[in-house]
Amino acid sequence: MNRSFHKSQTLRFYDCSAVEVKSKFGAEFRRFSLDRQKPGKFEDFYKLVVHTHHISNTEVAIGYADVHGDLLPINNDDNFCKAVSSASPLLRVFIQRREEAEHCSFGAGSLSRRRRPLALREDGPRRRAHLHIGLPHDFRPVSSIIDVDILPETHRRVRLYRHGCQKPLGFYIRDGTSVRVAPQGLEKVPGIFISRMVPGGLAESTGLLAVDDEVLEVNGIEVAGKTLDQVTDMMIANSHNLIVTVKPANQRNNVVRCGRVSGSSGRSSDSTASRHSLPAAHVLQNLPTDEMESDEEPDVVLEGVLEPRLVPRPTPGSLARVNGAGLAPGLHSPGREGSVHRLLSSLRSDPRHSLALPPGGVEEHGPAVTL
Amino acid sequence: MRRFLRPGHDPARERLKRDLFQFNKTVEHGFPHQPSALGYSPSLRILAIGTRSGAVKLSWPRGGVLPSGAFPEHAPPSYGAPGVEFMGLHRENNAVVQIHFLPGQCQLVTLLDDNSLHLWSLKVKGGVSELQEDESFTLRGPPGAAPSATQITVVLPHSSRELLYLGTESGNVFVVQLPAFCTLEDRTISSDAVLQRLPEEARHRRVFEMVEALQEHPRDPNQILIGYSRGLIVIWDLQGSRVLCHFLSSQQLENVCWQRDGHLIVSCHSDGSYYQWPVSHDTQQPEPLRSCVPYGPFPCKAITKIFWLTTKQGLPFTIFQGGMPRASYGDRHCISVVHNGEQTAFDFTSRVIDFTVLVEAGPGAAFDDPYALVVLAEEELVVIDLKTAGWPPVQPPYLASLHCSAITCSHHISNIPLKLWERIIAAGSRQNTHFSTMDWPIDGGTSLAPAPPQRDLLLTGHEDGTVRFWDASGVCLRLLYKLSTVRVFLTDTDPSESLNAQGEDEWPPLRKVGSFDPYSDDPRLGIQKIFLCKYSGYLTVAGTAGQVLVLELNDEEAEHAVEQVEADLLQDQEGYRWKGHERLCARPGPVCFEPGFQPFVLVQCQPPAVVTSLALHSEWRLVAFGTSHGFGLFDHQQRRQVFVKCTLHPSDQLALEGPLSRVKSLKKSLRQSFRRIRRSRVSSRKRRPAGPPGEVPEGSTRAERAGLQNMELAPVQRKIEARSAEDSFTGFVRTLYFADTYLKDSSRHCPSLWAGTNGGTVYAFALRVPPAERRMDEPVRAEQAKEIQLMHRAPVVGILVLDGHSVPLPEPLEVAHDLSKSPDMQGSHQLLVVSEEQFKVFTLPKVSARLKLKLTALEGSRVRRVSAARFGSCRAEDYGEHHLAVLTNLGDIQVVSLPLLKPQVRYSCIRREDVSGIASCVFTKYGQGFYLISPSEFERFSLSTKWLVEPRCLVDSAETKNYSRPCNRSSPEKASGQASPYCLFPYRNSGSQSDGEERRSGPVMEHALLNDEKVLKEIQSTLEADRGSCGDWRSQRVAVGYSLGNGGAE
Repeated sequence: MNRSFHKSQTLRFYDCSAVEVKSKFGAEFRRFSLDRQKPGKFEDFYKLVVHTHHISNTEVAIGYADVHGDLLPINNDDNFCKAVSSASPLLRVFIQRREEAEHCSFGAGSLSRRRRPLALREDGPRRRAHLHIGLPHDFRPVSSIIDVDILPETHRRVRLYRHGCQKPLGFYIRDGTSVRVAPQGLEKVPGIFISRMVPGGLAESTGLLAVDDEVLEVNGIEVAGKTLDQVTDMMIANSHNLIVTVKPANQRNNVVRCGRVSGSSGRSSDSTASRHSLPAAHVLQNLPTDEMESDEEPDVVLEGVLEPRLVPRPTPGSLARVNGAGLAPGLHSPGREGSVHRLLSSLRSDPRHSLALPPGGVEEHGPAVTL
Repeated sequence: MRRFLRPGHDPARERLKRDLFQFNKTVEHGFPHQPSALGYSPSLRILAIGTRSGAVKLSWPRGGVLPSGAFPEHAPPSYGAPGVEFMGLHRENNAVVQIHFLPGQCQLVTLLDDNSLHLWSLKVKGGVSELQEDESFTLRGPPGAAPSATQITVVLPHSSRELLYLGTESGNVFVVQLPAFCTLEDRTISSDAVLQRLPEEARHRRVFEMVEALQEHPRDPNQILIGYSRGLIVIWDLQGSRVLCHFLSSQQLENVCWQRDGHLIVSCHSDGSYYQWPVSHDTQQPEPLRSCVPYGPFPCKAITKIFWLTTKQGLPFTIFQGGMPRASYGDRHCISVVHNGEQTAFDFTSRVIDFTVLVEAGPGAAFDDPYALVVLAEEELVVIDLKTAGWPPVQPPYLASLHCSAITCSHHISNIPLKLWERIIAAGSRQNTHFSTMDWPIDGGTSLAPAPPQRDLLLTGHEDGTVRFWDASGVCLRLLYKLSTVRVFLTDTDPSESLNAQGEDEWPPLRKVGSFDPYSDDPRLGIQKIFLCKYSGYLTVAGTAGQVLVLELNDEEAEHAVEQVEADLLQDQEGYRWKGHERLCARPGPVCFEPGFQPFVLVQCQPPAVVTSLALHSEWRLVAFGTSHGFGLFDHQQRRQVFVKCTLHPSDQLALEGPLSRVKSLKKSLRQSFRRIRRSRVSSRKRRPAGPPGEVPEGSTRAERAGLQNMELAPVQRKIEARSAEDSFTGFVRTLYFADTYLKDSSRHCPSLWAGTNGGTVYAFALRVPPAERRMDEPVRAEQAKEIQLMHRAPVVGILVLDGHSVPLPEPLEVAHDLSKSPDMQGSHQLLVVSEEQFKVFTLPKVSARLKLKLTALEGSRVRRVSAARFGSCRAEDYGEHHLAVLTNLGDIQVVSLPLLKPQVRYSCIRREDVSGIASCVFTKYGQGFYLISPSEFERFSLSTKWLVEPRCLVDSAETKNYSRPCNRSSPEKASGQASPYCLFPYRNSGSQSDGEERRSGPVMEHALLNDEKVLKEIQSTLEADRGSCGDWRSQRVAVGYSLGNGGAE
């Protein structure tokens, strides 16, 4: 599926200022072109669209498919400009009636999920209908908390999405000691901690990771007994889709479970969680199945000599497939929505200055003990 | 939650794995690092070397991971006949100061620098000898005595075989009974007792004098000689407890030698003089017969040891260490031999630890008749033939000084055709004409190992631009031939050579001996990559300054010009300035080359960055080379460049300016200065520390520890960031590979060249090589066919093409020489790309991913070396599988299956901190490997159950001793053509060394061998069958593996 992108990408380099637009409303297509350099105003575009589709009397929402296959909205000059300039080369525009659009969320994965509903075990866009969340429409998920239902409350599993995001991951780790309760009393054990956040980096911007959080797992592999360098290498090797399980230094913002939600329903709506709670049969799998396609970006293969020489760019085409859920799985369950909101808001307010330990805390971040 | 899922437990597969894989560290090749003591047993004809640890313990511990975490630092390995060697490891962490064999016995006593004595014996178990520690002992003085009272300075094993006389710093001589180490207090010879029995005029000496020398009377076991440091020597009657006679000299005493008949004593002194004293019981205090300062009249350094040896011809040999004029030659490490009016001062390039002289005389003989001088220097063992005029050195069959010049790279070639082997040996023997024809004089013990099943070469590249060819077939790593690339270039070495030559004919009569020469004339000459085709005899070597030489084996001396070609790897990239070193200047005009490998083409990369990868295809006559800037292909038949490709990312300024070389040279200069500091510190240290022992090293380690603690205060943190195309050195070419495969379409295969870079890019070029009859007429053409960008962007360390049966493609010319079956060209080929993080199999010609193994994501380890190898089964003779042998940055060795990429076994091999050890590792094509455990020693290991090279030898104390003269060889060719002994099975007590996932079967076998002779025979017969199968195996044309690790950044 990605091959098609590469081929079309190569066309991008053909020098032409016109952008071909393929506009779809219902089952009807219209084709027209725009000037790439001077696309004009959104209002004019809106008028042009409703005119060409002969739907001048209906309120419509306009969206487009970006290079990653995500359905993103066109509702102002800025994102209109972005849409035209990033079209490669075809700009695919989708028009919906405003009232229908209300139920359909924009965002990553929205298009491709529709195309490959089975591969991701999604219930399809209709389930989404219940889930209108007031996020700005052109947001792309950058992180999520996953596996809330299977982890201890003191732990947090954070997934960082680097696809299509130019931000650096932006954090540092260090060696340290953590104190655990052992049968014979407190016991100091070596651990790996987050030591620094790069301002403006992905890790900082999520607010889900903080300095002095202890790293417990990297993509499902425990870090206990591994050296700082090993953990560094593991994180870098997984940097395209990094899932870190941490024990936050600040234990006050932990997810509070309000009763046990029915496990089956919680899981079935939660593709990310179920995927990762599987006994990892495909950790070592050598079959060209799921993981090869969905877990990771494919390698770029160029055939023959291409002039002018293409600098192979990372093609983040499979973002949509990987990150199908789009949002933190906890959000899918209406019963938990409140608590998650609470969590998110408290995290945003100040994730790092409230480092008080929970009462009777069994763990503290130790001093930096290094090699 | 993703756990390391063990591959399904298929019992049949597990059983098969046990038949295929087994990890053993088998033998250490090379010269022991930091030797500290020498011992020799004339009756066993075995040499023992003790080693010490020092401040460099962290960087170069001896190999092996002991479960306790302690490192075996101090081994007294023993060496006899080639193939006879043992290793023992003290439990303590202290240096061996002295080694003494007990006369006529298979036992030796070692003295450590913590003043403890250890008794070792060679015991025969299961038909082979084993060195093991029996007893240890620390001398205790009376309570309240100063520690120096019992600080042992001299050990004398008495010929009665059960007494040990221990001279101490207090001047007392203690007597200890063996083997139990019982102190016989009533027999102690205290310095007071000696003084009381001296005449009045000799008693003015201070009482506190340490014992410098202890000697037993050569004829009368009841008399011993005690030499005190202040110059007093007494002959003590053990029975009567009295002084028989005494000698007084005005100088500090260093050592004493007693002439064989007991009538003469020779003492050497701290002012560089030696005295001869007559021994007669008539006079109590004789005057010296003669005194002599051999290198006077100016002040001289001490003579620290002297031998006075008689010959049948009459004139004695005087052999002494030191005594050089202090001002002009005080820094030389010399041993002088004086005989019959001839005098030579053998000048060693490293500090002399100890020396001994081998004599023909048996215990009752009238004359010594020395025949060989054995010198243990800090960096090498030198044996000098005293029978042949001119006293030439003898080439050692083992303990080769691998690090004559620092090793920069190594390359292993298995199963060398006999023809090439003989030609290399012939070329090497012409280089060894200065060696004596004497057989190796240290020939005790019997090697029980069978002859090697195949001929293996280990090539080491050195900092001084030489390549050494070692016979790596058996236990003894033997130098066959040395190739120097220096002649091709203009260097400033020539004038200094002539200077040295001038110095030679002056007094003192210095003669340089030994091969250790750590100082490189020009670091640019350093060899970085080697590739030898064993079928055609083509060799290519590449170096630090971007030089690539193509060489051809020629049995005759030849004078010809080397064709020079420049490869501009930057091509059209403009505006960059290379700030690294300049390229080497080639010598213009014809150059005379000695027989052996003679260069005919020199390709110089521009910019002259270090060559990071190299490949040779002898059938197509092509050489590919890569640097941090790009790679190129050279046709050495037509002697023209086919193409170059720049791999630089435009933003990679760092690589363009050449900081790699700057970093490298900084590292190198740091290393060299450290080395120098170490050396000077070592040489300034006295033989024995003046104060209580251990104080000096303790102080220094404390200081070091404090330094380390200071360093620990700096927080160590690691940045977590994905790799990007803009990272530095993405263009660095890590690996190059030639393959005849389906690159463009699935119907036609064609020659191809593959290159992998540090940034995770693989380039594939389709080549058109003209058929043989038009080879010189048409140019070789190349066209880029594919470019693969691995999205994880980790450095590509290996590329391999598997044929239709998933077997790695054979080496060039292998099929033509009927040594391998032709690759399967019917089924579809697969491409294996190994990056530091992942193994990935792609289909060909359409490159689509089929399988992968994500090593780093799972374990956090990265691939450092990878090589395909064939693992033979120890049960079924013709059964074998091709797999990948992998070394990770954690020092683990793994076997990953082909083509399914399933991890098979994992063993921990090298400590993860031992970066140099990991960087130096090479794999063979049959599942063995080598890595450096110190600058001078290779550890050999085996992953295979079938291919093991291990010492296996027997030393029998009861064997009839043959004191006959060593016979000189009839011809050097004959002897050098002899195969060196090949040994199987480990017999060392160096502790458990493998703690991998697999249960080590070594100890089990050992156990069986030790206890059951039937089992032994059975195993022996299996091995013999193996050996027999070697021939079969070749005729079965089994494809052999391909080395992948031809890239490898240092």
